[in-house]
Parts: sequence; C-alpha cells; structure tokens
Amino acid sequence: MNRHFRQLAVACAAAFSLAAHAQLSIEVTGAGANRIPVTIADFGGEPGVARALTSVVRGDLERSGMFSLVEQSQSPLTEASTIDFAAARGRGADAVAAGSIGGGGDGRYESRFRLFDVNKQEQIAGAAFVTGVPQLRAAGHRIADVIYEKLTGEPGVFSTRIAYVVKAGPGRYELQIADADGQNAQAALISREPIISPAWSPDGGRLAYVSFENKKPVIYVHSLASGKRVVVANFKGSNSAPAWSPDGRRLAVVLTKDGGSQIFTINADGSGVQRLASSGAIDTEPQFSHDGQHIYFTSDRGGSPQIYRIGVSGGEVQRVTFEGSYNVTPRLSPDGRTMAFISRREGAFRLAVMDLASRQVQVLTNSFKDESPSFAPNGRMVLIATEVGGRGVLSAVSVDGRIRQRLSVAAGDVREPAWGPFQK
Amino acid sequence: MKKLIVPVLLAVLLGACSSSPDTGAEQTGAPVESRSSDGVKTVTAGDVGGTKLPAILTDPKSILSKRSVYFDYDRFDIKPEFKDLVAAHAKFLVDNRQFKMLIQGHTDERGSREYNLALGQKRADAIKKAMLLLGVREDQIESVSLGEEKPSCIEQSESCWSKNRRGDMLYAGEF
Repeated sequence: MNRHFRQLAVACAAAFSLAAHAQLSIEVTGAGANRIPVTIADFGGEPGVARALTSVVRGDLERSGMFSLVEQSQSPLTEASTIDFAAARGRGADAVAAGSIGGGGDGRYESRFRLFDVNKQEQIAGAAFVTGVPQLRAAGHRIADVIYEKLTGEPGVFSTRIAYVVKAGPGRYELQIADADGQNAQAALISREPIISPAWSPDGGRLAYVSFENKKPVIYVHSLASGKRVVVANFKGSNSAPAWSPDGRRLAVVLTKDGGSQIFTINADGSGVQRLASSGAIDTEPQFSHDGQHIYFTSDRGGSPQIYRIGVSGGEVQRVTFEGSYNVTPRLSPDGRTMAFISRREGAFRLAVMDLASRQVQVLTNSFKDESPSFAPNGRMVLIATEVGGRGVLSAVSVDGRIRQRLSVAAGDVREPAWGPFQK
Repeated sequence: MKKLIVPVLLAVLLGACSSSPDTGAEQTGAPVESRSSDGVKTVTAGDVGGTKLPAILTDPKSILSKRSVYFDYDRFDIKPEFKDLVAAHAKFLVDNRQFKMLIQGHTDERGSREYNLALGQKRADAIKKAMLLLGVREDQIESVSLGEEKPSCIEQSESCWSKNRRGDMLYAGEF
C-alpha cells in the first residue's frame, strides 16, 4: 500500500502560507494491521480555514497508520448535528468526529469538535481550541491528538516537534525545527560548518548539539525561543554526544580532554564536570535510562563497538548487545522497556530494537545506511536518518516494523533527527 | 474541556526578521541572529578569518606543504610512508615554538557519526603522540576530530573512502 501526501502538504502550506521553506514532505508506506475506521467530517464554518483544519486532522490520523478514514454518511455534519449512527455504522465507521470553526472577526478562531462512538451511540470526547490564524494547524494537531488518544488508548504525538539537520549545499548547514508532520519548518541555527547530535531538553525548550563552527566539535545548549546559546563543553580536544538527564539538569557528554573519548557528566550551564568512568577504549553515545539511574553507551572495549550500561555514578559495566560485530547508538523508549539502536547486518546499517527484559532483538528495516534513532514521546514510532538514492531522508518506523513514513526535503540532505517531548 | 493556545505576536516577530550581518567591518565570529515566526530564533554561526603563513609551509616544493596523513580501514597507526611528513612538521614546531597546530582526524562515512567522531579522534591522537615524542610541546598542539563530517571525497567507493580516512595537520591561521 502506498499513499502520497504531498498534495495535501502543499495545500495546507498554501492555506496557511507561513514563511517556511524546504518543507519536509511525508510519504507513508505500510500501515498497522488493525486500523480503526473513523469518519472525520468536513469541519463547518468559513470554507477556507475549515477545509485546511479538516486536512490537518485527517492527514495526521491517516499518516499515523492507525486509522482508515471513512467517508461521512451525512452532510453537513458538525458538532451541533444529530448524528445518524445507523448511517455511520452502515459506512463501517467505528467513530465519527464532527466539528466546526467559528469566530475569525478579531483574527482568533475557535475550533470545536466532538467525537462519537458509533456502536455505543454516545459522545466520547470533545474540545475547543482558540487560536490565531498562524496556529490553526496547531489546533488541528490538538484535535487529532484527542481523537488518537481516545481511540487507541495512548497519547498522540501530532502536537510535538522534531529537530533535524539539513545540509543545504556545500558549506551550509541548518538545524531546523518542524512540527511532527514536517510542516512549519524553521531554522534554529545556520552554519557553514556541520551540526550533529541534536538532543531535546526534557522540557522541549532547549536543544543540546555539537557544532563544528570553531573547526572542532563543541557542545552548545540552545534556547529555542530566545536563540540564546551556552557553550557547555569546549575543552581541549573533541566535545560531543550530549544526552540530557531526565530532570534536565545535567548532560552526559564525551570529552577527549584527558585522552581518548570518554564519558563525563556536566551541568547544563557547563559547570560541574565529572568523569563517569575510565577505560582505555572508545566510550561514546551516552544515553540516560528513563529513570535516570543508568547510562547506556557505545564502547569498543570488547574489540568491536557494542552497547554497554553503567550506573549513573559509575560502577560495574554490563554488556547489553552481543549479536553481530557493530551495534551502536542506544536510544531508550520513554517507558524504558525497549532500546532502539543501529546494528550492522550483512554490511548494512539497520535499525533494530531490543526488548530489554527478554533481550530479544528485532531488525526493523532492510536499509543500507540507517543512523540516529529517536523515539516518539509515546514510544510508538522511531525516527531515523537513512539514505535513498544517495540523499539523506528521515524515516519513521513503528516499533513493530509495520508502519513506515518517509520525510524528505526537496533540495537537501536531511540527517540527525531528534523527536521532541510532549508539549507541556 | 477548553484549552488555549496562546497566539504568538507574529507581526512583532516578522518585523525583526531581516537582520543581516554588517559588511565591511571585520566579522570576528559573533553570531548573527534573526527571528522567524512561532518563537524560534535563528542564529548564524560566525566564521574565522585567515592569516599569512611563512612560505616554507606553503611552497609546493617543501614537504611541509603537505598536511594529510592517510590511514587504513579501522587502523590508527601511522604508516611508514607518512613518518617523514610527521617528523618534518614536528621539527618545524620544535624550531618555531610560537607556532601552534590543530590536527583534525577524519573517517569515512560508514557507521555512526558519533562513533566515527571517536575513531577520527584516535587518528588525530596518533599523530599528536608521534609529535610529542619528537619534542613538540603539549601546548603547541591540539588533536580534534571531525569524524565523517568533512569528507574530501564524496563517492561511495573504497578509493574515495581511503582519501577520507586521514589526519590533517593545520597551523593557526589555516583553520
């Protein structure tokens, strides 16, 4: 199954005409096994904005791979309508969402909707969001989140943001922030030199990353709203691989100041640097466990790069991966049960997940060059960088491997994705 | 249930959209900032200007004009054919204590960016260690890694990858 959402994306971008360039376009391949049939009725109200709002909600739900959209059985159909449940059931819908958009006189719109269970014939959710025109998309994402959560039982991630790096040409790198649907992309940092390893602070307000603008890797923490940047680590040698502690106070980083690539922890303002462990080998790519008690990392101490785990104050080191000769970039799911990582299989670098309790490993892709996995905050999808036709694209893969979305930028190489946290 | 998404004062933000760097005056790496919509502020990282080096470091006839040491796949030892080059630069640094060097280690593109950064560091460190043994002072030399980020060759072939597995020896003013 192959669905193209480019037209939709273009229509929405035109409708809201934000000053966004180099939009990510999303293509979905594959879908969940048991998709929930749902009707998202055309929103009532001022036609232009209503149509755009409807597109955002439908696009979010369909791209998630968890829903199949069912045509509405009555028209018009808004939150004020009396739902003809028999007709909806006749179309095969399990749920119907109906709403409208009102106001607009003072530049503010109210997007209202209700969600109905067709079989129980009752309302199961409803909400209203007041926004200005530029945030209408955000209202659509909020509505999609409510519908997603009510029908699947887990929170939606449509209102979250992603960060990634676009190599827009020789000597032009942009660290961009976009909505989870790839729209509304904005550059947080533009540089002539590479930018790698962006990592969201747990509150979603800051990004830690490695910038080469001083001809060597230096770690910054960048506040997105103000653009204020703090140099967290610029020691002699290389400074890289920042990872936030769950409380957002400290970072695990890799420094070479004392020889070799070794893991340290440091306060987010650059103070209080402490060495975590000592090895004669490469130790890199640290990542805190969700409870903050452990740090997972990549090390070649056993002769090939493998993933290990150590207590947050040091202590005994446990090896986590054993299959194959190249397992790197550990990333932990928000519930702490699953680890995504990159595994070399048959000479190709592929996304794999490990169930940490059973140590069972599943390879999720058959790509050639997967990199930089990052979990969605609800843990359902993993965002990775991969390569198609020699060009870097982003791909989101569900943890069961069934649903895949590809995000690409028309005129650039996209890499180093990081999925942001839920918005507070 | 009723939630509010606070609208951003778009007009105010757009008004601050077009701050461009001054030209003419020296730009010494101060970041250039501009605002875009929706509360993300754009920062442009500045650049570093260049300075003149003595002819002996740049004359194509001088061994010192060569700056790259190439490594085998997954190897970090300096091959015999590059020992003279490293020794010549070490001698220059010993004879000219006011000069400082940055060694940038590189890898090919295969594998994790951060792991490659660590591998590139091992290459830079190998060159640095050799130079320290030859009398260069610790404060004259810094070894860093650019990992796979700055390939000198961009095709996906072994001949290209072999050009990217290298350490570059750069003098202050060259980087």
